[in-house]
Amino acid sequence: MPEPPAFASQFVSVPHRDHTAELGMWLFIATEVLLFGGLLLAYFVYRHAFPQSFAEGSRHTDILIGTINTAILLTSSFLVAWAVEVFSPATVRIVTWLLVGAACLGLVFIALKGIEYSGEYDERLVPGVDFQFGGPLANGVQLFFIFYFVATAIHAVHMLIGICLLLVLAIIGRRAPTTRHHAALHSAALYWHFVDVVWIFLFALIYLPGRASS
Amino acid sequence: MSEPNYLTTDYTLQSWFLTTDHKRIAILYFASLIFFFFIGGAAATAIRIELATPQADLVSSDVYNRLFTMHGIIMVWFFLIPSIPNTLGNFLVPLMIGARDLAFPRLNLMSWYIFMLGGCTTLFAILAGGIDTGWTFYTPFSTLYSNSYVIVAAAGVFIAGFSSILTGLNFIVTIHRLRAPGLTWYRLPLFLWSLYATSVILVLATPVLAVTLLLIATERFFGVGIFDPRIGGDPLLFQHLFWFYSHPAVYIMILPGMGVVNELVSCFSRKPVFGYKFVAWASLAIAAVGFLVWGHHMFVSGQSLIASLVFSFMSFVVAVPSAIKVFNWTATLHKGSIHFDAPMLYALAFIGLFTIGGLTGLFLACLAFDVHATDTYFVVAHFHYIMVGGMVTAYFGGLHYWWPKITGRLYSEYWARTAAVLIFFGFNLTFFPQFILGAEGMPRRYHVYPPEFQVWNVLSSGGAAILAVAYLLPMFYLGYSAFFGARAPANPWNAPGLEWQTSSPPPEENFETQPVVTREPYQYNEAFEAEPQNA
Amino acid sequence: MWREWIPFWRPGLSPQSSDVDLLFTGLLIASALVLGLLFFLLALFCVRYRAGNQIDRGHRTSKSWHWEVSWTVASFICFLGLFVWGASVYFEMYRTPTDELVVFVVAKQWMWKTQHPGGQSEIDALHVPLRRPVRLVMASQDVIHSFYIPALRLKHDVVPGRYQDLELEIDKPGSYHLFCAEYCGTDHSGMIGEIVAMEPADFSRWLTQQAPSSPLADEGGALFRQLGCSGCHGKGSKVRAPPLEGLYGKPVPLSDGSSVVADDKYIRDSILLPRSQIVASYEPLMPSFAGKLSEDQLLRLVVYVKSLAGNRS
Repeated sequence: MPEPPAFASQFVSVPHRDHTAELGMWLFIATEVLLFGGLLLAYFVYRHAFPQSFAEGSRHTDILIGTINTAILLTSSFLVAWAVEVFSPATVRIVTWLLVGAACLGLVFIALKGIEYSGEYDERLVPGVDFQFGGPLANGVQLFFIFYFVATAIHAVHMLIGICLLLVLAIIGRRAPTTRHHAALHSAALYWHFVDVVWIFLFALIYLPGRASS
Repeated sequence: MSEPNYLTTDYTLQSWFLTTDHKRIAILYFASLIFFFFIGGAAATAIRIELATPQADLVSSDVYNRLFTMHGIIMVWFFLIPSIPNTLGNFLVPLMIGARDLAFPRLNLMSWYIFMLGGCTTLFAILAGGIDTGWTFYTPFSTLYSNSYVIVAAAGVFIAGFSSILTGLNFIVTIHRLRAPGLTWYRLPLFLWSLYATSVILVLATPVLAVTLLLIATERFFGVGIFDPRIGGDPLLFQHLFWFYSHPAVYIMILPGMGVVNELVSCFSRKPVFGYKFVAWASLAIAAVGFLVWGHHMFVSGQSLIASLVFSFMSFVVAVPSAIKVFNWTATLHKGSIHFDAPMLYALAFIGLFTIGGLTGLFLACLAFDVHATDTYFVVAHFHYIMVGGMVTAYFGGLHYWWPKITGRLYSEYWARTAAVLIFFGFNLTFFPQFILGAEGMPRRYHVYPPEFQVWNVLSSGGAAILAVAYLLPMFYLGYSAFFGARAPANPWNAPGLEWQTSSPPPEENFETQPVVTREPYQYNEAFEAEPQNA
Repeated sequence: MWREWIPFWRPGLSPQSSDVDLLFTGLLIASALVLGLLFFLLALFCVRYRAGNQIDRGHRTSKSWHWEVSWTVASFICFLGLFVWGASVYFEMYRTPTDELVVFVVAKQWMWKTQHPGGQSEIDALHVPLRRPVRLVMASQDVIHSFYIPALRLKHDVVPGRYQDLELEIDKPGSYHLFCAEYCGTDHSGMIGEIVAMEPADFSRWLTQQAPSSPLADEGGALFRQLGCSGCHGKGSKVRAPPLEGLYGKPVPLSDGSSVVADDKYIRDSILLPRSQIVASYEPLMPSFAGKLSEDQLLRLVVYVKSLAGNRS
């Protein structure tokens, strides 16, 4: 009895399957770019209309947590890249730990984000729930914080999906690492780096305006 | 009996609902789309009955507003956008490129489940009390003033959007990676070029809709949001974001139809499509330029004059590749050997109706006339000529053409031609009067209207009755054919496409042996009837 | 006029609407030619090359790209012509003539409220004098509406949060439909009214017959004091705020070096979003009045500030 092939019947070889999967992930990232693109467009329109309000809003964000989170995400991306690089049947343990490490850093990011949110809640900066901001810039600051919450929440959802992906791969890969897992890891890593890149944009747009010049 | 085909390999429910076979998934989509088509159609019927008289007599204003919203949302997102791509496309993409399946079969199944989840969510919104925002969800009405199930409906559309994205992604990857040996880009059937262009739009435009709907839902849920004019938000920004998706979405709704018509015109003229490369690149040109015309929905909204000027210009530019296609189809007929079977009747109807729709699109792209005509029945008539006269006609044409391949049965040619002719006349009677109404100045989405508009409305409602019957007819004869029709040969049209080189219906793995392509597409020979296959 | 013979296409009532009609006729003729040619060719080919018809089909696959290039170029040039024509008429609509009568329009679910500068207000109706350019300054109290007069081929959306202008001029006396063309909720189709065009003499008589009410500027002045604006902008106040006398219609230098003309939009924005455009050499002290004023009150303030244009301080 012939052994069933390691790849589905629509493919002709393992590399064929893997390259196809990779193309799929790139297209998915293209979709995601447009998703965040629409949001960023809205941001730029309003920042152009209310530059002082956006600077003022930005000054009320927690740049310390934002910066730590940026460092955390960059580190976790590094761990994932490392895992992809060293992936082989001989390095199961290290790959597993690298992925778990990256996922844990992701969780720390989410936890810090939660602390940041609760801080903003205490400062009554959550539009639609409890928003109190005196002075003439209040409306623009409110727009800024709506954008802030929507963008970071969507990003956090992406983070959670990514964390799940990394953990699943860490668990599966531990049992029987194959080329298939390598391909899956490669795609998951692309996704994780993408989420990281989005954060770098958000970091620059949310935390930095209004701090540079004044 | 012969070898088992994809329909007869297994009869269990599980084998259908957990299938990863693109052909079975296409059938799942087909069944769901019929369902949604009749829901949307029922709403349209109620609207046309109501509009037969100027007063409100059948329903109240609130119900009327929910009816046209439901008609729009269901027809756009749950019928037109998935129609050809997800049924014919799903069935034919692997067959036409000589592959065993799409690149990601499980993703394909998942996209159907996502679609159904979105559909059920939207149906729930309708049953719970409806949505009265119009399919366009314009703010601030949808976010701050509407007293209906906007969040649920937006969630339904949002979810269905992911199904679109995954389908588009699957098609692009499949067409890139899984083509049979020898099947170069310029040997692809033009249907695939148009599906490819469609998929690009699906992947790149749908996420913008998703994030826009998310912002709408947020604003509605929290009572404050980024489109809220009370805090300096701009309702026009919503329109920009919405039309950035929704204008390309119009091309999602027409490009696959154009693709089908290429196949039909070529087959029933027994000739290659005239100017293959022009038609192929015209599809991509439409997809690309289609991203740059969205502002033509906003000529009277207060956007800057310069923006209007640019968008008007781009709208004329995007009409050029469409014009190329119409001319090339006509030229394909020249010196052909034309057979007037039912699919060809649909194709000819498509060319006529699409051209009228396209030309009136130029009226609307024309700035000064658009000021008068926008938001009137002129617009309604125009986009129905494109979407119903164009896309739905092409869908029916394609369905008849590939019906023998999909079901392995033949349908009644007599009834099929009757339905095609009825659809053509019913359609024109329904929608041509609406051009006149629009030119006269009747605004769209009007529940009651001044009595001088009644004549044309009555004509339109009468046409709608014919159209409704015409759309019901195929249900019967195609339904009959699916179970009792004569067995179809593998290649009833004697066509050279790869999908015809396997049995009807195809086996689960599509091809016994991996096909190899050695020539250009559309190499028809004069003989229309296929030689009898060896039994 | 030949246009009267076409039942659904009544002649225009203003120079501008006649231009639009001419454009429409041009579009119709162009389309008819294209459709005629297309249907003729379709019919011809379908009959000549029907299967079974014995006819020369030689060289059936030979083709030349000249055809495609020529019809691509031909359609493009044709489209370009239509584009230029449509755009030029469109720009004509936005030209601001001198000696305009200004009427304010407030749209709300589901009615049109129009207000003449003299204080006369109408619901779902607008009386205008003949042959006099009228500028409508429109605002919406709630959702997006669209002010549409089919007889004049004119339409403009009324988006909340901003003023929008519509220029109109009517040459023929009569009463014309006014529709709301942007879907605005339950009674959208009931948000209709009439435009009544009258001889100028009749119009002045009509104005005086309306219920006596104080001019908008006076009411705006009262609001101006009531809301405390006069505390800073009034003469002799201690707080230094830009004077409003003689302001309207003049360029205002801004703190970022640019300048804007003080029109209705500018005054409105300065009340609602005072920090967006700060007058040069003034401190940004003014609070925003966004959300604190109805559109009716706002337009009275704007008219008041406008009325100060005459008396320079």
